Amino acid sequence: MQTRNVGRRQVLRAVTVAALVLSVPGRTAAAAAPAPSKVTPDLIEAAKKEGKVIWYTAVDLPVAERIGKAFEAKYPGIDMRVERSGGERIFQRIGQEYASNIHAVDVVNSSDAAHFIVWKRDGILAPYVPEDVALHYPAEHKDPDGLFASWRGWLSVIGYNTKLVKAEDAPRSFADLLDPKWSGKIVKGHPGYSGTIMTATFQISRDLGWGYFEKLSKQKVMQVQSSADPPKKLALGERSVMADGNEYNLFQLKEKGEPVEIVYPAEGTPLIVGPSGVLKDAPHPNAARLLQSFLFSAEGQQLMVDFGGLRSFHALVKEKAGRKPLREIKLMKDDPAAVEKQADEIKARYSKYFKV
Amino acid sequence: MGSRALPSRARRDFSGAILFICAAALCLLVLLPIGWLVVFAFTGRGGRFTLANFRLLFTDPAFLEPLLTTLVLAVSVSLICCLVAAPMGWIVARTDMPLRRTVRFLVLASFVTPPFLGAIAWELLAAPNSGLLNQLHRALTGAGPEAVLFDVYTLPGLVFVICCYTFPYVFVLVANALDRIPGELEDASAMLGGSAWRTARRVTIPLALPALAAGALVAFLQAMTLFGAPGILALPAGFHTMTTKIWSLFQYPPKPELAAAASLPLLVVTVVLLRAQSAVLGRRGYTVIGGRSGPPRPVRLGPLRWPALGLCLATLSLPVFLPYAALVNAAFSRIPSQPLTFERFTLDHVRFVFLELSATRLALKNTFLLGLLAATSGALLALVISYLTARAAIRGHRVLGFLATAPIAIPGIALGVGLFLAYTRGPVVLYGTLWILLLAYVTIELPAAYQQLQASLRAVSPELEDASRILGASRLRTLRDVTAPLLGPSLIATWCFVFVAVVRELSAAAILFTSETKVLSVLIFDLNESGDLAAISVLGLTMLILTSAVIAAANRVPGLGGGLPVRNN
Repeated sequence: MQTRNVGRRQVLRAVTVAALVLSVPGRTAAAAAPAPSKVTPDLIEAAKKEGKVIWYTAVDLPVAERIGKAFEAKYPGIDMRVERSGGERIFQRIGQEYASNIHAVDVVNSSDAAHFIVWKRDGILAPYVPEDVALHYPAEHKDPDGLFASWRGWLSVIGYNTKLVKAEDAPRSFADLLDPKWSGKIVKGHPGYSGTIMTATFQISRDLGWGYFEKLSKQKVMQVQSSADPPKKLALGERSVMADGNEYNLFQLKEKGEPVEIVYPAEGTPLIVGPSGVLKDAPHPNAARLLQSFLFSAEGQQLMVDFGGLRSFHALVKEKAGRKPLREIKLMKDDPAAVEKQADEIKARYSKYFKV
Repeated sequence: MGSRALPSRARRDFSGAILFICAAALCLLVLLPIGWLVVFAFTGRGGRFTLANFRLLFTDPAFLEPLLTTLVLAVSVSLICCLVAAPMGWIVARTDMPLRRTVRFLVLASFVTPPFLGAIAWELLAAPNSGLLNQLHRALTGAGPEAVLFDVYTLPGLVFVICCYTFPYVFVLVANALDRIPGELEDASAMLGGSAWRTARRVTIPLALPALAAGALVAFLQAMTLFGAPGILALPAGFHTMTTKIWSLFQYPPKPELAAAASLPLLVVTVVLLRAQSAVLGRRGYTVIGGRSGPPRPVRLGPLRWPALGLCLATLSLPVFLPYAALVNAAFSRIPSQPLTFERFTLDHVRFVFLELSATRLALKNTFLLGLLAATSGALLALVISYLTARAAIRGHRVLGFLATAPIAIPGIALGVGLFLAYTRGPVVLYGTLWILLLAYVTIELPAAYQQLQASLRAVSPELEDASRILGASRLRTLRDVTAPLLGPSLIATWCFVFVAVVRELSAAAILFTSETKVLSVLIFDLNESGDLAAISVLGLTMLILTSAVIAAANRVPGLGGGLPVRNN
């Protein structure tokens, strides 16, 4: 749990939440985190013998596949299969597969940190701490029992198409989106599919109240699933403004020269944290650990930042020039424990307002 | 079916046994998932009997609205498909319009297109702001950026897209029926002084009516249970159909009880419709292929030949030309909504799909393996069952016919759940294997395969089979040596039909796949979730090319002749 550029109310809340998180009784809570693991020749050898690794991830597909190719290039002989899907759908899939004793997944990354609370409680994660995590990650970004760590961070932002909206007319806050002039022009993601949007919906409804969403739902919003889709709909020119969606997709599109621009809303921007963990019943346990180490290595993290536009919590990783550094952005506080408790209610209320 | 080795014994024994096995297999295929659905529909939390699911279903507007939407959708689709497909089927089957073979081929191309892919292509064409057609309209008329000619994210938009990919069902049924009507009957009417219109009204239309009615029914049921196109378009349009509603019930935490209850009304509607159909058509005889019959005589259109062709091609531009142009554009253009130009041309998306996307090869392999297996086993099973029912060969054949038709009423997604529930626990655990997908596909496609073969069988007079039986052949041997060759083209058509339908299938696969058993449709649906339209276009085009190759090969199978629906007389 990080405390960044936040207001007093958020700090108070964060303290309460931290207390809550600490009081969540994990089955493995008694055990301390295992000793950090280096990538040894033995591990590489064993992983190559397994020859394969399966990664369930919610990160946007081109980023996921690029990381997969980098892993395969670094460790030839290990095929990496990327299973990309929305965070909420990954959660459903793993639940469905594990209930039938199908253990297909080696390493999992979700865009909803709350899922890791559940998986930890269910005892399906394996303790494994890559050396980089032990050395270079702040305490609030690693599980005390060594079951997972914050692989990536990013923001759910407002965005607009610069060909359709002039900079001076662009919305500056969530409240601006309720202006009737945006009716029929907004695209947004769905918390039933996307972990990012689930997390963002929680933070926005907590800080601005559900009235905001009730009013937004009257704006003839185009509803899509993934938080990666609104930026792409902006680039297509299908809608002029996105009410939520991935900052990192907008970075990618903008740097390719597409006419999109990011807005960090005045009320604060939802911060999303996407942890990664190794499954206890991973079918390729060594390859899984090797992948987890690669994902958290400075090399893997830098690739994720440079190519993917994501934010890293690794101390040695540099932000790419031209992107607004995280510390300069007013953030809403993330709170996976509360999301975990309220997820069903959030989905129900959301469908009530948006009809889908 | 090894009756040749032991002809004397086969005459009595094996037929019954094999027929019984087919019947048992059918019961297992259909009754098991339906049984689970019914059980779950009446189950509350804690596993007790309850009616609460239904109470919620019929009182909560969150369910009533999708129910109404689905009804409007299915009726509109069925009507529009008949209005478009019946005249077209007649033109192609019974007139001297040029390029009839090409038109049939193009209808096939629209049938091969999965509805979800068609829906995505129509997003590219008719999304209100970025759609290529809307951009074109603005460029041509000079209208402002707010001008919207087409909006695919609406209920009429969805009806339109579903019609594009459902009308081939009606077309194929009608055209095939008209192919089989012997010219003599029409000649007789003409010789007796009947005008062209009177001949059409008193001879041709009544003979084609069962096929048209079957087509209307299939179109209705397809539209009602379709998940692919609504899955793409309904969410952005801001409404639910029953299938997307059911799908949303599997979001975490899944509510299979409610989903089961929500799919039962669809089952009831289907049963009622099927009964109505047999009540209307069942009393008349439609045997038209006897031992002797001449080929149908084409109607001369005269100067109307070219307008007729123009009409056919204009209609086909909607499901085929425009969407595939949009997909090609998206596959090679830097941004899918921008028209392809020399500067915007890129091979990045092709490279991404074939070199970076790690799921591509596995999905292709799984899809085509399952397609071949399901088409072969499905067509054989449908042949046996339709023979049993068309010839009333065993007691209880009506029940068999019902069972074989029942799955059409179960939304694929609900069937997926039924199978999931049935095969994730002992004694047979199939979830996570390709077998469960195979079961799902055969079950889902059985009704259409059965209806097609049964319609063909109805038109084959039993007198040829009777001759074979009188000469001492067993039922199975008759089926193999007399009936199947007579049905050859229909059989190939059915095989192709099932194959294509498997490649198109999304809803059950979306529930039953695991990472090892992913199929193309699921891969495309996942790509749509994150809006990767270019990769979808590349995959979709690949899928079309490979499917066409398989169908072309199937139509060259020796001994069975050129298969419908590519066939032309």
